[in-house]
Amino acid sequence: MSKKHKLSRGVAMVGAGMSPFGIFPDRDSKDLFTQAFNEMLASVDKGADPRDINALYLGNFTNDVFVQQSHWGAVLSDAIGLAPKPATRVEGACASSALAFREGVIAIAAGFYDVVLVGGVEDMSKQSTEKVAEGLALAASAYERHAGFTFPGVFGALATAYFHRYGATRDDLMNVTIKSHNNAPLNPKAQFQSSIKGVMASKSERAKAKGAPVPNWDDEKQFLADPRANPMIAWPLHLFDCSPISDGAACLLLVAEEIAGDFTDEPVYVAGLGQASGRGLHAAADLTSFEATRYAAKEAYDMAGLGPDDIQFAEVHDCFSIAELLHIEDLGFFDAGAGCKAVAEGATRLDGPKPINTSGGLKCKGHPVGATGTAQLIEVWEQLRGTAGARQVPGNNLRVGAAHNLGGTGGTCTFTILERR
Amino acid sequence: MIALNSDRPLNDHAFAQFLQEEKLMGSRCTDCGALFVPPRALCVNCHRTSLEWAPMNGRGTLAAFTCIAIGPPAMVAQGFDRDHPYCSGVVELEEGPRAVARIEGVDAKRPETIVIGMPMEVVFLHADDGTPTVLAFKTTTSGR
Repeated sequence: MSKKHKLSRGVAMVGAGMSPFGIFPDRDSKDLFTQAFNEMLASVDKGADPRDINALYLGNFTNDVFVQQSHWGAVLSDAIGLAPKPATRVEGACASSALAFREGVIAIAAGFYDVVLVGGVEDMSKQSTEKVAEGLALAASAYERHAGFTFPGVFGALATAYFHRYGATRDDLMNVTIKSHNNAPLNPKAQFQSSIKGVMASKSERAKAKGAPVPNWDDEKQFLADPRANPMIAWPLHLFDCSPISDGAACLLLVAEEIAGDFTDEPVYVAGLGQASGRGLHAAADLTSFEATRYAAKEAYDMAGLGPDDIQFAEVHDCFSIAELLHIEDLGFFDAGAGCKAVAEGATRLDGPKPINTSGGLKCKGHPVGATGTAQLIEVWEQLRGTAGARQVPGNNLRVGAAHNLGGTGGTCTFTILERR
Repeated sequence: MIALNSDRPLNDHAFAQFLQEEKLMGSRCTDCGALFVPPRALCVNCHRTSLEWAPMNGRGTLAAFTCIAIGPPAMVAQGFDRDHPYCSGVVELEEGPRAVARIEGVDAKRPETIVIGMPMEVVFLHADDGTPTVLAFKTTTSGR
Protein backbone atom coordinates (compact mmCIF):
# COMPACT_ATOMS: atom_id res chain seq x y z
CA MET A 1 0.00 0.00 0.00
CA SER A 2 1.55 3.27 -1.00
CA LYS A 3 0.75 6.58 0.59
CA LYS A 4 0.95 9.88 -1.22
CA HIS A 5 3.01 12.13 1.01
CA LYS A 6 2.35 15.79 1.55
CA LEU A 7 3.58 18.53 3.83
CA SER A 8 1.12 19.68 6.49
CA ARG A 9 2.47 23.17 5.92
CA GLY A 10 4.74 24.47 3.23
CA VAL A 11 8.49 24.82 3.67
CA ALA A 12 10.68 27.41 1.96
CA MET A 13 14.39 27.79 1.44
CA VAL A 14 15.46 31.37 2.22
CA GLY A 15 19.25 31.27 2.46
CA ALA A 16 22.20 29.13 1.41
CA GLY A 17 25.96 29.12 1.70
CA MET A 18 28.88 26.84 1.05
CA SER A 19 32.63 26.79 1.45
CA PRO A 20 34.67 26.20 -1.66
CA PHE A 21 35.16 22.47 -2.25
CA GLY A 22 38.69 21.16 -2.63
CA ILE A 23 41.76 19.86 -0.84
CA PHE A 24 42.51 22.14 2.09
CA PRO A 25 45.39 20.79 4.22
CA ASP A 26 45.19 23.71 6.66
CA ARG A 27 41.42 23.82 7.15
CA ASP A 28 39.04 21.73 9.24
CA SER A 29 35.35 20.93 9.51
CA LYS A 30 34.62 23.69 11.99
CA ASP A 31 36.02 26.51 9.93
CA LEU A 32 34.63 25.15 6.66
CA PHE A 33 31.15 24.90 8.18
CA THR A 34 31.48 28.32 9.82
CA GLN A 35 32.32 29.81 6.43
CA ALA A 36 29.25 28.15 4.91
CA PHE A 37 27.11 29.40 7.79
CA ASN A 38 28.34 33.00 7.49
CA GLU A 39 27.76 32.95 3.75
CA MET A 40 24.26 31.54 4.33
CA LEU A 41 23.41 34.39 6.73
CA ALA A 42 24.71 36.95 4.24
CA SER A 43 22.58 35.39 1.49
CA VAL A 44 19.26 36.00 3.27
CA ASP A 45 17.82 38.97 1.37
CA LYS A 46 16.14 40.62 4.36
CA GLY A 47 18.58 39.29 6.92
CA ALA A 48 18.33 36.47 9.46
CA ASP A 49 19.08 36.47 13.16
CA PRO A 50 20.98 33.32 14.12
CA ARG A 51 19.14 33.37 17.45
CA ASP A 52 15.89 32.61 15.58
CA ILE A 53 17.20 29.24 14.39
CA ASN A 54 15.34 26.48 16.26
CA ALA A 55 17.56 23.52 15.42
CA LEU A 56 20.34 22.11 13.26
CA TYR A 57 20.23 18.90 11.24
CA LEU A 58 23.69 18.00 10.02
CA GLY A 59 24.83 15.40 7.53
CA ASN A 60 28.24 13.82 8.03
CA PHE A 61 29.42 10.38 6.97
CA THR A 62 33.01 9.56 7.88
CA ASN A 63 34.62 12.25 9.99
CA ASP A 64 34.74 9.68 12.82
CA VAL A 65 37.20 7.68 10.73
CA PHE A 66 38.99 10.44 8.81
CA VAL A 67 39.61 12.99 11.57
CA GLN A 68 38.95 10.84 14.67
CA GLN A 69 36.12 13.00 15.97
CA SER A 70 32.45 12.10 16.12
CA HIS A 71 29.40 13.93 17.51
CA TRP A 72 29.52 16.63 14.83
CA GLY A 73 26.03 17.96 15.51
CA ALA A 74 27.08 19.26 18.91
CA VAL A 75 30.58 20.28 17.79
CA LEU A 76 29.29 22.47 14.97
CA SER A 77 26.32 23.77 16.93
CA ASP A 78 28.89 25.17 19.33
CA ALA A 79 31.19 26.43 16.56
CA ILE A 80 28.47 28.59 15.00
CA GLY A 81 27.01 29.82 18.29
CA LEU A 82 23.80 27.82 17.99
CA ALA A 83 24.19 25.90 21.27
CA PRO A 84 22.13 25.20 23.38
CA LYS A 85 19.69 24.75 20.47
CA PRO A 86 19.28 21.08 19.50
CA ALA A 87 21.60 19.64 16.89
CA THR A 88 21.11 16.24 15.30
CA ARG A 89 23.62 14.44 13.11
CA VAL A 90 22.13 12.39 10.28
CA GLU A 91 24.07 9.66 8.51
CA GLY A 92 23.16 8.07 5.21
CA ALA A 93 26.60 7.62 3.65
CA CYS A 94 27.06 10.04 0.72
CA ALA A 95 23.39 11.05 0.98
CA SER A 96 23.77 12.23 4.59
CA SER A 97 22.93 15.88 4.11
CA ALA A 98 20.00 15.27 1.76
CA LEU A 99 18.60 13.26 4.67
CA ALA A 100 19.37 16.17 7.02
CA PHE A 101 17.44 18.44 4.64
CA ARG A 102 14.52 16.04 4.62
CA GLU A 103 14.45 15.84 8.43
CA GLY A 104 14.46 19.64 8.61
CA VAL A 105 11.59 19.90 6.13
CA ILE A 106 9.53 17.31 8.00
CA ALA A 107 10.13 19.02 11.37
CA ILE A 108 8.88 22.35 10.00
CA ALA A 109 5.97 20.76 8.15
CA ALA A 110 4.95 19.06 11.39
CA GLY A 111 4.80 22.45 13.08
CA PHE A 112 7.49 21.53 15.59
CA TYR A 113 9.99 24.15 14.36
CA ASP A 114 9.68 27.29 12.23
CA VAL A 115 13.33 27.98 11.34
CA VAL A 116 15.80 25.16 10.79
CA LEU A 117 19.42 25.10 9.64
CA VAL A 118 20.36 22.05 7.59
CA GLY A 119 23.78 21.29 6.23
CA GLY A 120 26.63 18.91 5.81
CA VAL A 121 30.37 18.71 6.17
CA GLU A 122 33.20 16.33 5.36
CA ASP A 123 36.94 16.54 5.90
CA MET A 124 38.52 13.80 3.79
CA SER A 125 41.90 14.95 2.54
CA LYS A 126 43.97 14.29 5.67
CA GLN A 127 44.09 10.56 4.92
CA SER A 128 45.80 8.53 2.20
CA THR A 129 43.71 7.62 -0.85
CA GLU A 130 43.69 3.97 0.25
CA LYS A 131 42.41 4.92 3.70
CA VAL A 132 39.71 7.12 2.18
CA ALA A 133 38.67 4.30 -0.15
CA GLU A 134 38.52 1.95 2.84
CA GLY A 135 36.53 4.43 4.94
CA LEU A 136 34.02 5.13 2.19
CA ALA A 137 33.63 1.42 1.53
CA LEU A 138 32.20 1.09 5.03
CA ALA A 139 28.95 2.12 3.35
CA ALA A 140 29.07 -0.81 0.92
CA SER A 141 27.80 -4.21 1.97
CA ALA A 142 30.19 -6.51 3.81
CA TYR A 143 29.77 -9.04 1.00
CA GLU A 144 31.06 -6.48 -1.50
CA ARG A 145 34.04 -5.61 0.69
CA HIS A 146 34.96 -9.27 1.15
CA ALA A 147 34.92 -9.68 -2.62
CA GLY A 148 37.48 -6.86 -2.88
CA PHE A 149 35.04 -4.27 -4.20
CA THR A 150 35.80 -0.59 -3.78
CA PHE A 151 33.23 2.08 -4.66
CA PRO A 152 34.77 2.62 -8.08
CA GLY A 153 34.72 -1.18 -8.35
CA VAL A 154 30.99 -1.44 -7.69
CA PHE A 155 30.20 1.29 -10.23
CA GLY A 156 32.68 -0.25 -12.66
CA ALA A 157 30.77 -3.52 -12.43
CA LEU A 158 27.49 -1.70 -13.03
CA ALA A 159 29.12 -0.07 -16.07
CA THR A 160 30.05 -3.45 -17.57
CA ALA A 161 26.45 -4.61 -17.10
CA TYR A 162 25.20 -1.38 -18.74
CA PHE A 163 27.67 -1.73 -21.63
CA HIS A 164 26.63 -5.35 -22.17
CA ARG A 165 22.92 -4.62 -22.09
CA TYR A 166 22.81 -1.44 -24.16
CA GLY A 167 25.94 -1.64 -26.32
CA ALA A 168 27.44 1.45 -24.68
CA THR A 169 31.22 1.93 -24.50
CA ARG A 170 33.83 4.01 -22.70
CA ASP A 171 33.14 6.66 -25.34
CA ASP A 172 29.72 7.22 -23.73
CA LEU A 173 31.32 7.68 -20.31
CA MET A 174 33.76 10.20 -21.79
CA ASN A 175 30.85 12.31 -23.03
CA VAL A 176 29.62 12.66 -19.44
CA THR A 177 33.07 13.65 -18.18
CA ILE A 178 33.65 16.20 -20.95
CA LYS A 179 30.24 17.77 -20.33
CA SER A 180 30.80 18.07 -16.56
CA HIS A 181 34.27 19.55 -17.06
CA ASN A 182 32.83 22.15 -19.43
CA ASN A 183 30.60 23.42 -16.59
CA ALA A 184 33.37 23.40 -13.96
CA PRO A 185 35.23 26.61 -14.90
CA LEU A 186 31.91 28.46 -14.54
CA ASN A 187 31.61 27.55 -10.86
CA PRO A 188 33.98 29.50 -8.59
CA LYS A 189 33.34 27.04 -5.72
CA ALA A 190 34.32 23.99 -7.79
CA GLN A 191 37.38 21.90 -6.94
CA PHE A 192 38.38 21.60 -10.59
CA GLN A 193 38.35 24.80 -12.62
CA SER A 194 39.29 23.41 -15.97
CA SER A 195 37.64 21.88 -19.02
CA ILE A 196 39.25 18.70 -20.39
CA LYS A 197 40.76 20.86 -23.14
CA GLY A 198 42.18 23.07 -20.39
CA VAL A 199 43.64 20.05 -18.62
CA MET A 200 45.25 18.94 -21.89
CA ALA A 201 46.75 22.37 -22.48
CA SER A 202 48.22 22.62 -18.99
CA LYS A 203 49.71 19.11 -19.22
CA SER A 204 51.33 20.03 -22.53
CA GLU A 205 52.68 23.28 -21.11
CA ARG A 206 54.12 21.49 -18.09
CA ALA A 207 55.83 18.95 -20.33
CA LYS A 208 57.25 21.78 -22.47
CA ALA A 209 58.54 23.63 -19.40
CA LYS A 210 60.29 20.48 -18.16
CA GLY A 211 61.78 19.81 -21.58
CA ALA A 212 59.91 16.50 -21.69
CA PRO A 213 58.28 15.18 -24.86
CA VAL A 214 55.09 17.19 -25.39
CA PRO A 215 52.05 14.92 -25.62
CA ASN A 216 50.01 15.38 -28.74
CA TRP A 217 46.34 14.53 -28.34
CA ASP A 218 43.99 15.26 -31.26
CA ASP A 219 40.97 15.80 -29.06
CA GLU A 220 39.49 15.24 -25.59
CA LYS A 221 38.63 11.62 -26.25
CA GLN A 222 42.14 10.78 -27.37
CA PHE A 223 43.37 12.34 -24.13
CA LEU A 224 40.87 10.34 -22.06
CA ALA A 225 41.85 7.15 -23.90
CA ASP A 226 45.55 7.68 -23.07
CA PRO A 227 46.33 5.45 -20.08
CA ARG A 228 49.21 7.71 -19.01
CA ALA A 229 46.90 10.73 -18.83
CA ASN A 230 43.86 8.83 -17.59
CA PRO A 231 44.87 5.64 -15.77
CA MET A 232 42.48 2.81 -14.95
CA ILE A 233 40.98 2.84 -11.45
CA ALA A 234 38.38 0.07 -11.73
CA TRP A 235 37.54 -1.11 -15.23
CA PRO A 236 35.95 0.43 -17.20
CA LEU A 237 36.31 3.46 -14.96
CA HIS A 238 39.42 5.59 -15.22
CA LEU A 239 40.63 8.57 -13.20
CA PHE A 240 38.47 11.07 -15.08
CA ASP A 241 35.36 8.93 -14.50
CA CYS A 242 35.69 9.39 -10.74
CA SER A 243 34.73 12.18 -8.37
CA PRO A 244 37.63 13.39 -6.24
CA ILE A 245 38.43 13.32 -2.54
CA SER A 246 37.29 16.68 -1.15
CA ASP A 247 36.88 18.84 1.91
CA GLY A 248 33.92 21.16 2.19
CA ALA A 249 30.77 22.29 3.93
CA ALA A 250 27.37 23.58 2.87
CA CYS A 251 24.24 24.71 4.67
CA LEU A 252 20.89 26.30 4.01
CA LEU A 253 18.07 27.88 5.94
CA LEU A 254 14.56 26.41 5.90
CA VAL A 255 11.54 28.25 7.24
CA ALA A 256 7.80 27.74 7.41
CA GLU A 257 6.06 29.03 4.29
CA GLU A 258 3.99 31.60 6.16
CA ILE A 259 7.06 33.43 7.47
CA ALA A 260 9.18 33.10 4.31
CA GLY A 261 8.31 36.69 3.36
CA ASP A 262 10.08 37.94 6.47
CA PHE A 263 13.34 36.65 5.01
CA THR A 264 13.06 37.14 1.26
CA ASP A 265 10.67 38.02 -1.53
CA GLU A 266 12.13 35.20 -3.62
CA PRO A 267 11.95 31.99 -1.60
CA VAL A 268 12.31 28.60 -3.19
CA TYR A 269 9.72 26.06 -2.09
CA VAL A 270 9.94 22.35 -1.40
CA ALA A 271 7.61 20.71 -3.92
CA GLY A 272 8.54 17.05 -3.71
CA LEU A 273 10.50 14.84 -1.33
CA GLY A 274 11.48 11.26 -2.03
CA GLN A 275 13.70 8.87 -0.14
CA ALA A 276 14.23 5.16 -0.52
CA SER A 277 16.49 2.32 0.54
CA GLY A 278 18.20 -0.16 -1.74
CA ARG A 279 19.99 -3.50 -1.62
CA GLY A 280 23.56 -4.52 -2.35
CA LEU A 281 24.83 -5.66 -5.74
CA HIS A 282 24.07 -9.31 -5.00
CA ALA A 283 20.41 -8.61 -4.23
CA ALA A 284 19.71 -5.90 -6.81
CA ALA A 285 16.93 -6.88 -9.16
CA ASP A 286 18.60 -5.04 -12.04
CA LEU A 287 22.30 -4.23 -12.44
CA THR A 288 21.62 -1.26 -14.74
CA SER A 289 19.25 0.62 -12.46
CA PHE A 290 18.95 1.73 -8.83
CA GLU A 291 15.64 0.58 -7.42
CA ALA A 292 15.92 3.17 -4.61
CA THR A 293 16.31 6.04 -7.09
CA ARG A 294 13.20 4.97 -8.98
CA TYR A 295 11.22 4.63 -5.75
CA ALA A 296 12.40 8.00 -4.38
CA ALA A 297 11.68 9.70 -7.70
CA LYS A 298 8.13 8.35 -7.86
CA GLU A 299 7.49 9.50 -4.31
CA ALA A 300 8.73 13.01 -5.08
CA TYR A 301 6.91 13.26 -8.43
CA ASP A 302 3.63 12.08 -6.85
CA MET A 303 3.97 14.54 -3.98
CA ALA A 304 4.72 17.44 -6.34
CA GLY A 305 2.13 16.41 -8.92
CA LEU A 306 4.90 16.67 -11.49
CA GLY A 307 6.67 14.31 -13.85
CA PRO A 308 10.18 13.99 -15.30
CA ASP A 309 9.39 16.35 -18.19
CA ASP A 310 8.51 19.12 -15.72
CA ILE A 311 11.99 19.09 -14.19
CA GLN A 312 13.81 21.81 -16.13
CA PHE A 313 17.31 20.95 -14.85
CA ALA A 314 18.78 18.71 -12.19
CA GLU A 315 21.80 17.88 -10.09
CA VAL A 316 22.31 14.10 -9.99
CA HIS A 317 24.77 12.05 -7.94
CA ASP A 318 27.58 11.54 -10.47
CA CYS A 319 30.08 9.98 -8.07
CA PHE A 320 31.19 8.19 -11.24
CA SER A 321 30.42 8.95 -14.89
CA ILE A 322 28.36 5.77 -15.27
CA ALA A 323 26.26 6.84 -12.28
CA GLU A 324 25.06 9.93 -14.13
CA LEU A 325 23.85 7.77 -17.03
CA LEU A 326 22.02 5.39 -14.67
CA HIS A 327 20.39 8.25 -12.74
CA ILE A 328 19.11 10.29 -15.70
CA GLU A 329 17.39 7.10 -16.85
CA ASP A 330 16.10 6.05 -13.41
CA LEU A 331 14.72 9.55 -12.83
CA GLY A 332 12.73 9.24 -16.05
CA PHE A 333 14.51 12.02 -17.95
CA PHE A 334 15.44 9.50 -20.63
CA ASP A 335 14.35 5.94 -21.40
CA ALA A 336 16.42 3.04 -20.06
CA GLY A 337 19.47 2.69 -22.29
CA ALA A 338 18.82 6.02 -24.03
CA GLY A 339 20.77 8.21 -21.61
CA CYS A 340 24.08 7.69 -23.37
CA LYS A 341 22.66 8.80 -26.73
CA ALA A 342 21.04 11.87 -25.13
CA VAL A 343 24.34 12.88 -23.52
CA ALA A 344 26.19 12.34 -26.83
CA GLU A 345 23.70 14.65 -28.56
CA GLY A 346 24.25 17.38 -25.97
CA ALA A 347 20.86 17.12 -24.26
CA THR A 348 22.39 17.47 -20.79
CA ARG A 349 24.72 20.38 -21.57
CA LEU A 350 24.21 23.74 -19.90
CA ASP A 351 22.51 24.98 -23.08
CA GLY A 352 20.71 21.70 -23.78
CA PRO A 353 17.04 20.87 -23.20
CA LYS A 354 17.78 19.08 -19.88
CA PRO A 355 20.87 20.55 -18.22
CA ILE A 356 22.39 18.06 -15.77
CA ASN A 357 24.95 18.96 -13.11
CA THR A 358 25.32 22.61 -14.05
CA SER A 359 27.56 22.94 -10.97
CA GLY A 360 30.12 20.62 -12.57
CA GLY A 361 28.65 17.76 -10.58
CA LEU A 362 30.44 15.71 -7.97
CA LYS A 363 33.08 15.01 -10.62
CA CYS A 364 34.23 18.63 -10.88
CA LYS A 365 32.61 20.60 -8.08
CA GLY A 366 34.05 18.05 -5.63
CA HIS A 367 32.47 15.46 -3.35
CA PRO A 368 32.95 16.10 0.37
CA VAL A 369 30.47 13.30 0.90
CA GLY A 370 28.44 14.63 3.84
CA ALA A 371 28.14 18.09 2.28
CA THR A 372 27.19 16.94 -1.21
CA GLY A 373 23.41 16.60 -0.75
CA THR A 374 23.06 20.14 0.57
CA ALA A 375 25.43 21.55 -2.03
CA GLN A 376 23.31 20.01 -4.80
CA LEU A 377 20.22 21.72 -3.39
CA ILE A 378 22.15 25.01 -3.20
CA GLU A 379 22.90 24.74 -6.92
CA VAL A 380 19.20 24.25 -7.64
CA TRP A 381 18.37 27.24 -5.39
CA GLU A 382 20.87 29.46 -7.22
CA GLN A 383 19.62 28.43 -10.64
CA LEU A 384 15.98 29.00 -9.66
CA ARG A 385 16.80 32.44 -8.25
CA GLY A 386 18.88 33.37 -11.28
CA THR A 387 22.06 33.87 -9.27
CA ALA A 388 24.20 31.11 -10.79
CA GLY A 389 26.36 33.61 -12.68
CA ALA A 390 28.29 32.30 -15.67
CA ARG A 391 26.67 28.88 -15.39
CA GLN A 392 23.11 30.18 -15.22
CA VAL A 393 20.82 27.97 -17.31
CA PRO A 394 19.81 30.14 -20.29
CA GLY A 395 16.29 31.56 -20.45
CA ASN A 396 14.41 33.34 -17.69
CA ASN A 397 11.57 30.94 -17.07
CA LEU A 398 13.17 28.52 -14.63
CA ARG A 399 10.57 27.37 -12.15
CA VAL A 400 11.31 23.73 -11.26
CA GLY A 401 14.62 22.01 -10.54
CA ALA A 402 15.61 18.88 -8.66
CA ALA A 403 18.47 17.15 -6.89
CA HIS A 404 19.21 13.44 -6.65
CA ASN A 405 21.57 12.23 -3.91
CA LEU A 406 22.79 8.65 -3.51
CA GLY A 407 24.48 6.92 -0.58
CA GLY A 408 26.57 3.78 -0.61
CA THR A 409 25.98 1.50 -3.53
CA GLY A 410 22.42 2.74 -3.83
CA GLY A 411 21.49 1.87 -0.25
CA THR A 412 20.05 5.35 0.27
CA CYS A 413 18.64 7.55 -2.48
CA THR A 414 16.81 10.86 -2.30
CA PHE A 415 15.08 12.99 -4.91
CA THR A 416 14.07 16.52 -3.98
CA ILE A 417 12.05 18.83 -6.22
CA LEU A 418 12.28 22.57 -5.59
CA GLU A 419 10.12 25.23 -7.21
CA ARG A 420 9.82 28.96 -7.54
CA ARG A 421 6.28 30.27 -7.53
CA MET B 1 25.11 -33.42 -2.21
CA ILE B 2 26.31 -31.25 0.60
CA ALA B 3 25.25 -32.43 4.02
CA LEU B 4 23.04 -29.82 5.69
CA ASN B 5 23.73 -28.67 9.15
CA SER B 6 20.38 -27.26 10.10
CA ASP B 7 21.58 -26.35 13.57
CA ARG B 8 23.57 -23.38 12.36
CA PRO B 9 21.76 -20.06 12.52
CA LEU B 10 20.95 -18.46 9.18
CA ASN B 11 23.44 -15.60 9.43
CA ASP B 12 26.62 -14.19 7.94
CA HIS B 13 28.80 -15.96 10.49
CA ALA B 14 27.52 -19.39 9.47
CA PHE B 15 27.75 -18.42 5.78
CA ALA B 16 31.44 -17.58 6.32
CA GLN B 17 31.94 -20.84 8.25
CA PHE B 18 30.49 -22.81 5.33
CA LEU B 19 32.82 -20.97 2.92
CA GLN B 20 35.74 -22.08 5.05
CA GLU B 21 34.41 -25.65 4.64
CA GLU B 22 34.22 -25.01 0.86
CA LYS B 23 30.45 -24.97 0.73
CA LEU B 24 28.40 -22.20 -0.89
CA MET B 25 25.17 -22.11 1.06
CA GLY B 26 22.03 -20.05 0.84
CA SER B 27 18.64 -20.26 2.44
CA ARG B 28 15.25 -21.22 0.99
CA CYS B 29 11.86 -20.09 2.23
CA THR B 30 9.77 -23.21 2.82
CA ASP B 31 6.60 -21.14 2.38
CA CYS B 32 7.16 -19.30 -0.91
CA GLY B 33 10.29 -21.02 -2.21
CA ALA B 34 12.38 -17.85 -2.51
CA LEU B 35 16.11 -18.50 -2.45
CA PHE B 36 18.74 -16.23 -0.89
CA VAL B 37 22.54 -16.16 -1.14
CA PRO B 38 23.94 -15.21 1.36
CA PRO B 39 21.25 -16.68 3.60
CA ARG B 40 18.50 -14.63 5.18
CA ALA B 41 16.60 -15.66 8.31
CA LEU B 42 13.58 -13.63 7.24
CA CYS B 43 12.05 -14.08 3.81
CA VAL B 44 11.97 -10.61 2.19
CA ASN B 45 9.54 -11.98 -0.39
CA CYS B 46 6.72 -13.18 1.93
CA HIS B 47 8.04 -11.93 5.30
CA ARG B 48 7.73 -15.36 6.90
CA THR B 49 10.56 -16.92 8.89
CA SER B 50 10.44 -20.60 7.95
CA LEU B 51 13.71 -20.77 6.04
CA GLU B 52 16.16 -23.63 5.73
CA TRP B 53 19.73 -23.98 4.52
CA ALA B 54 20.02 -24.62 0.79
CA PRO B 55 23.27 -25.77 -0.87
CA MET B 56 24.25 -24.18 -4.19
CA ASN B 57 25.91 -26.26 -6.89
CA GLY B 58 28.58 -23.60 -7.38
CA ARG B 59 27.98 -23.02 -11.08
CA GLY B 60 26.85 -19.84 -12.76
CA THR B 61 27.62 -17.14 -15.30
CA LEU B 62 29.35 -13.78 -15.04
CA ALA B 63 26.78 -10.97 -14.82
CA ALA B 64 29.08 -7.97 -14.18
CA PHE B 65 32.73 -7.41 -13.34
CA THR B 66 35.45 -4.87 -12.73
CA CYS B 67 39.24 -4.95 -12.66
CA ILE B 68 40.48 -2.96 -9.72
CA ALA B 69 43.82 -1.13 -9.91
CA ILE B 70 43.43 0.92 -6.71
CA GLY B 71 42.35 -1.51 -4.01
CA PRO B 72 41.75 -1.20 -0.30
CA PRO B 73 44.70 -1.71 2.09
CA ALA B 74 43.84 -5.41 2.58
CA MET B 75 44.20 -6.08 -1.15
CA VAL B 76 47.30 -3.91 -1.45
CA ALA B 77 48.84 -6.03 1.32
CA GLN B 78 48.27 -9.07 -0.90
CA GLY B 79 50.36 -7.48 -3.64
CA PHE B 80 47.65 -5.99 -5.83
CA ASP B 81 48.31 -2.55 -7.29
CA ARG B 82 48.21 -0.49 -10.51
CA ASP B 83 50.44 -3.01 -12.26
CA HIS B 84 48.69 -6.00 -10.71
CA PRO B 85 44.93 -5.38 -10.77
CA TYR B 86 42.45 -7.99 -9.59
CA CYS B 87 38.97 -8.85 -10.80
CA SER B 88 35.77 -8.76 -8.73
CA GLY B 89 32.34 -9.47 -10.11
CA VAL B 90 28.75 -10.53 -9.82
CA VAL B 91 27.91 -14.15 -10.69
CA GLU B 92 24.43 -15.32 -11.49
CA LEU B 93 24.11 -18.78 -9.97
CA GLU B 94 22.33 -21.59 -11.80
CA GLU B 95 19.78 -21.65 -8.99
CA GLY B 96 18.91 -17.99 -9.66
CA PRO B 97 20.42 -15.78 -6.95
CA ARG B 98 23.48 -13.63 -7.61
CA ALA B 99 26.68 -13.60 -5.59
CA VAL B 100 29.42 -10.98 -5.37
CA ALA B 101 32.83 -12.60 -5.47
CA ARG B 102 36.43 -12.39 -6.58
CA ILE B 103 36.84 -13.59 -10.14
CA GLU B 104 39.80 -15.86 -10.86
CA GLY B 105 41.25 -17.33 -14.02
CA VAL B 106 40.88 -14.10 -16.00
CA ASP B 107 43.51 -11.56 -17.05
CA ALA B 108 42.64 -8.47 -15.02
CA LYS B 109 45.25 -6.50 -16.97
CA ARG B 110 43.24 -7.14 -20.13
CA PRO B 111 39.62 -6.46 -19.10
CA GLU B 112 38.50 -6.46 -22.72
CA THR B 113 39.10 -10.22 -22.75
CA ILE B 114 36.61 -10.78 -19.92
CA VAL B 115 33.10 -11.38 -21.21
CA ILE B 116 29.76 -11.12 -19.47
CA GLY B 117 27.99 -14.48 -19.70
CA MET B 118 31.21 -16.49 -19.22
CA PRO B 119 30.48 -19.78 -17.39
CA MET B 120 31.96 -19.81 -13.90
CA GLU B 121 32.43 -22.26 -11.07
CA VAL B 122 33.01 -21.61 -7.41
CA VAL B 123 36.44 -21.65 -5.77
CA PHE B 124 37.35 -20.78 -2.22
CA LEU B 125 40.30 -18.51 -1.44
CA HIS B 126 41.78 -19.46 1.91
CA ALA B 127 44.28 -17.20 3.65
CA ASP B 128 47.09 -18.24 5.96
CA ASP B 129 46.65 -15.29 8.27
CA GLY B 130 43.36 -16.36 9.81
CA THR B 131 41.23 -13.95 7.77
CA PRO B 132 37.95 -15.40 6.49
CA THR B 133 37.80 -17.53 3.35
CA VAL B 134 36.87 -15.41 0.33
CA LEU B 135 34.19 -16.54 -2.10
CA ALA B 136 35.51 -16.63 -5.65
CA PHE B 137 34.57 -18.00 -9.05
CA LYS B 138 36.82 -19.07 -11.88
CA THR B 139 36.09 -19.43 -15.54
CA THR B 140 35.25 -22.87 -16.86
CA THR B 141 35.53 -24.00 -20.42
CA SER B 142 32.83 -26.66 -20.35
CA GLY B 143 30.27 -24.64 -18.41
CA ARG B 144 28.85 -27.79 -16.87
